[in-house]
Amino acid sequence: MSSADTDTMYQEIILDHYRHPHHKGLRDPFDVEVHHVNPTCGDEVTLRVQVVDGLVTDVSYDGQGCSISQASTSVMTDLVIGKPLEQALSAHEAFLALMQSRGTLEPDEDVLEDGIAFAGVSKYPARVKCALLGWMAWKDATAQAVAQTKEAS
Amino acid sequence: MAGFDVEAVRKDFPVLSREVHGHPLVYLDSASSSQKPRQVLEAERIFVEEHYANVHRGVHTLSQEATDGYEAARSTVAAFLGVRHDEVVFTKNVTEAVNLVAYALGNPGSPVRLGPGDEIAVTEMEHHSNLVPWQMLAERTGATLRWLGITDEGRLDLSDLDQVVNERTKLFAFTQVSNLLGTENPVDVLVARAKQVGALTFVDGAQSVPHQAVDVPSLDVDFFAFTGHKMLAPSGVGVLWGRDLDALPPFMGGGSMIEVVQMSGSTYAAAPERFEAGTPVISQAVALAAACDYLTALGMDAIRDHETALTAQLLDGIRGLDGVSVLGPDTTERRGSAVSFVVDGVHPHDVGQSLDDLGIAVRVGHHCAAPVCRRFGVPATARASAYLYNNAADIDALLQGIVQVQAFWGVR
Repeated sequence: MSSADTDTMYQEIILDHYRHPHHKGLRDPFDVEVHHVNPTCGDEVTLRVQVVDGLVTDVSYDGQGCSISQASTSVMTDLVIGKPLEQALSAHEAFLALMQSRGTLEPDEDVLEDGIAFAGVSKYPARVKCALLGWMAWKDATAQAVAQTKEAS
Repeated sequence: MAGFDVEAVRKDFPVLSREVHGHPLVYLDSASSSQKPRQVLEAERIFVEEHYANVHRGVHTLSQEATDGYEAARSTVAAFLGVRHDEVVFTKNVTEAVNLVAYALGNPGSPVRLGPGDEIAVTEMEHHSNLVPWQMLAERTGATLRWLGITDEGRLDLSDLDQVVNERTKLFAFTQVSNLLGTENPVDVLVARAKQVGALTFVDGAQSVPHQAVDVPSLDVDFFAFTGHKMLAPSGVGVLWGRDLDALPPFMGGGSMIEVVQMSGSTYAAAPERFEAGTPVISQAVALAAACDYLTALGMDAIRDHETALTAQLLDGIRGLDGVSVLGPDTTERRGSAVSFVVDGVHPHDVGQSLDDLGIAVRVGHHCAAPVCRRFGVPATARASAYLYNNAADIDALLQGIVQVQAFWGVR
């Protein structure tokens, strides 16, 4: 497709992550595993997190879905693995804000790295859920992991 | 088909002249919802501008005119289906029609008593609207839900029909035409088995009534439902037909559906009013009647022939493409115009997005029939569905579009 419309969505960075996803595959050890689906389209992701002493030590996942959901999950793992939880959560918030902006927000590359490629997706409300699938799974799993740690301590 | 002039038909649909992303719109999503012709919009506009008031509750002139218009609409729909006026209930859509029957059958006074040991039969091919309400009825009553599977060719697997529909079956619900696979089911065979065991039958006509002549009495079923928005009418109006609706207790209570109301209890009106609690969809019903008139004037057989030619063109075209496969019957024999396809290596969402970029509207996802996707081991499909206003150029555009999608995604 050659028009500018699709080019804004299917950035080369997104296609790269889609074809060669980072950190894909379920790994041990992990604290929590969640399974999230997008009920309108059937996309799904199984995702595991491990949080040790306030550090996101691993996020692994498996799933099936469109280029946007798969690439977004891949980018997300780059942004959160090895990061302090606080920093990972702010990346989540920044990505959420970008996705809800309908194309009006200028993303901060320092915070979102490859995630800035999804700015164009935010103009397509039907695809925003795709871009958020992995992030929402990560947020859910992380909240459960943190709660477990608190209960244990 | 002699006499069917698709280019003249297209002029009745203003939206078809618009562009999307700089390309002429190619609308191939009518199985989801159809576009509306000027004649239908005009009928609704005139009714609202000149005759509108609430129905069945006034003596003033507009009230009478509105009631006359609403009831005339019911008569038109009844004639379209070949049934009696008082057998036609206006609902919101098929979903409400199914829920109406599913709840009424569990209410006091139901002609059928459902409980543990009883069974409800459906098929794996159902739209969620003709599946989930029956699952919920089974859950409420303790009855068991059973279903007919699907063959690799996308047909119902009739080999275990006698096991699935048996002496314990109280109701058998199935679709006449699959929204995802396009399959037209053998209603006569299914009904014959249901009658053998004394089960009620409910047929979902959402994908058949807009596209082919359906003479409801000849189907010999107990309940039949379809929706207006897939057949040129506005959203918000659907139809439930029932053979013996007066034997069914109400679903929703409220105004209009009563006979005598006392604080200690109420008695109910006869059908169809019994099932139309509250102010009904008035102008939408009038518009639905106009849609029936529009389709009747063109001729349902002519419409079906036109769509069959488009479906053949699409199926033949896809057969000629590498890396593209059809889910469901791959010939036009006993099938409707909805064609689900999968492009190897490209997720259906991405197929749909890339086609939209070319101005081509198809549906992507599980089409509210997730079990069918699961049956075929795919998360979703893209679906093109032609209607009376589509032409050969639309199908060509889609076929060329699929090739461009493959090129963009580097799968060819």
